[in-house]
Amino acid sequence: MNLAELTAHEAGKLLRRREISAAELTDALLDQIDRREPTIRAYITRTTEDARQQAAAIDRRFAAGEELPALAGIPIALKDNLCTEGTRTTCASRMLDGFVPPYDATVVQKLKMAGAVILGKTNLDEFAMGSSTEFSAFYPTTNPWDPSLVPGGSSGGSAAAVAAHEAVAALGSDTGGSIRLPASFCGVVGLKPTYGRVSRYGLVAFGSSLDQIGPLTRDVTDAAIVLSAIAGHDPRDSTSLDWPVPDYCQALVPDVRGLRIGVPVEYFVEGMDPLVAQTVRQGIARLADLGATVDETSLPNTRYALAAYYVVAPAEASANLARYDGVKYGLRAEGDDVWQMYDRTRAVGFGPEVKRRIMVGTYVLSAGYYDAYYVQAMKARTLIKQDFDRAFEHFDVLAVPTAPTTAFPLGARIEDPVAMYLTDVCTVTVNAAGLPGLVVPCGLVRGLPVGLQLVGAPGSEETLLRAGFAFEQSGDWKAQ
Amino acid sequence: MRIGLEEVDHIATLARIGLSTDERERFRDQLATILEYVELLNELDTKTVSPSAQVIRFENVTRPDVVRPSLTVEQVLANAPAREDDYIRVPPVLEEG
Repeated sequence: MNLAELTAHEAGKLLRRREISAAELTDALLDQIDRREPTIRAYITRTTEDARQQAAAIDRRFAAGEELPALAGIPIALKDNLCTEGTRTTCASRMLDGFVPPYDATVVQKLKMAGAVILGKTNLDEFAMGSSTEFSAFYPTTNPWDPSLVPGGSSGGSAAAVAAHEAVAALGSDTGGSIRLPASFCGVVGLKPTYGRVSRYGLVAFGSSLDQIGPLTRDVTDAAIVLSAIAGHDPRDSTSLDWPVPDYCQALVPDVRGLRIGVPVEYFVEGMDPLVAQTVRQGIARLADLGATVDETSLPNTRYALAAYYVVAPAEASANLARYDGVKYGLRAEGDDVWQMYDRTRAVGFGPEVKRRIMVGTYVLSAGYYDAYYVQAMKARTLIKQDFDRAFEHFDVLAVPTAPTTAFPLGARIEDPVAMYLTDVCTVTVNAAGLPGLVVPCGLVRGLPVGLQLVGAPGSEETLLRAGFAFEQSGDWKAQ
Repeated sequence: MRIGLEEVDHIATLARIGLSTDERERFRDQLATILEYVELLNELDTKTVSPSAQVIRFENVTRPDVVRPSLTVEQVLANAPAREDDYIRVPPVLEEG
């Protein structure tokens, strides 16, 4: 048995029976990282020594007979836009290459409290802007299923690490699909929680009204375990919800009888790979076989969602990234006066996609264009949300594709911004409306994974996890 | 849709990003392509629709105004590109008069 291939719940059982130690488990993951990293390059920073010490500390506590949380001793990776006290946090940007945060993000603090072993910080598109992880300022991550393909993005390092058994689980962030798309491309489970379910304190901001942190895991049970550990109100994030946090593992009942599933026709977009569409439809049919009722529905404003997103997200990004000016932290390029310092710092510190989004965001917020672009996009967002509100009067869950294709080759879309943006066409709606979305692998097309996306009303994570769990338990997705 | 180089320069000045000659021309073309795509939104009749800046309805969120522990000066300055005593050092902001 290769310990690196265990899920968190499997490893947790063995740890509690003292059949394995956290040190052994961590070493197995570290060995796997050594073997796979030359090809995968999922990590930016590895925290090997800290991981060994954390594992040893957990072993001492287990030996002392302590009852420990589910994640105790479980090796986990963190997307490198989550602040970690004393460990550099780069956002895969030259701007923050040497930035060492003086505090932990709330999610990191919670994982540490739960006894998780932190293996390191994973690669991403710079500042989480991208759909392939190719916009990392350091290097692209490759897809564990085929290293000539992208892992998806922006949480590509986290998804690849989980898929390549270089981490048992990982955290990512999702602004327009950045957890769900790489989950689909790498054949892992990805959950983007309801906006506000998880504190964003210490997540480097990209699109503040859209960003959420969530888990990437090997199965739905692990997603429920990680979500239970990181969810909850945080006084340091005024947009975090004060709703009670259930034990999401209680939702893992393999029963979808009576569940009302809607299939919005607009998500099977023009130009979609027909085999991907077929695989997703077969997955939905399986939920019907399990006793869910499945009906087609329509969300007519879906076709405007991507355009609205690519106005709102850059607008918020251009405001959020104004802080990288070379003054207080991060890169500084010297100049004769402060204005020249700003211009030069941002010229050398940001990569092409980040500059492009700041430019688009600045344009749509500038005098004369604000109403035509930004206000119009915010109104489109209202219409998209209303579509969902109406759908959830009739359905518990909406089942849709995650992306129009499987993972694409490295380099294929990097020179064509709109083609890259279209990768997100099935995921951005969920962020625009603040909904939870769960991606579970549902089959292979030409040997590459495809993810089924389940979307629910705000706060319906338990319903999504139950449906995802029932689906997962009904058969081996790799055989579909 | 067409965008001129002067417009690219104006946006770059607002965004405080120094652009190379190559970047000016690339962004002129790419901004035009992206803005052309998002003009799809003009199809929507939104006269009676109110804008959503965020989607979960929050009231004003306040907290008691009490002193809490915060980062030390040393922690804050540890990441500063340049410092002098307990201050962050920057190039001149105002011209000498």
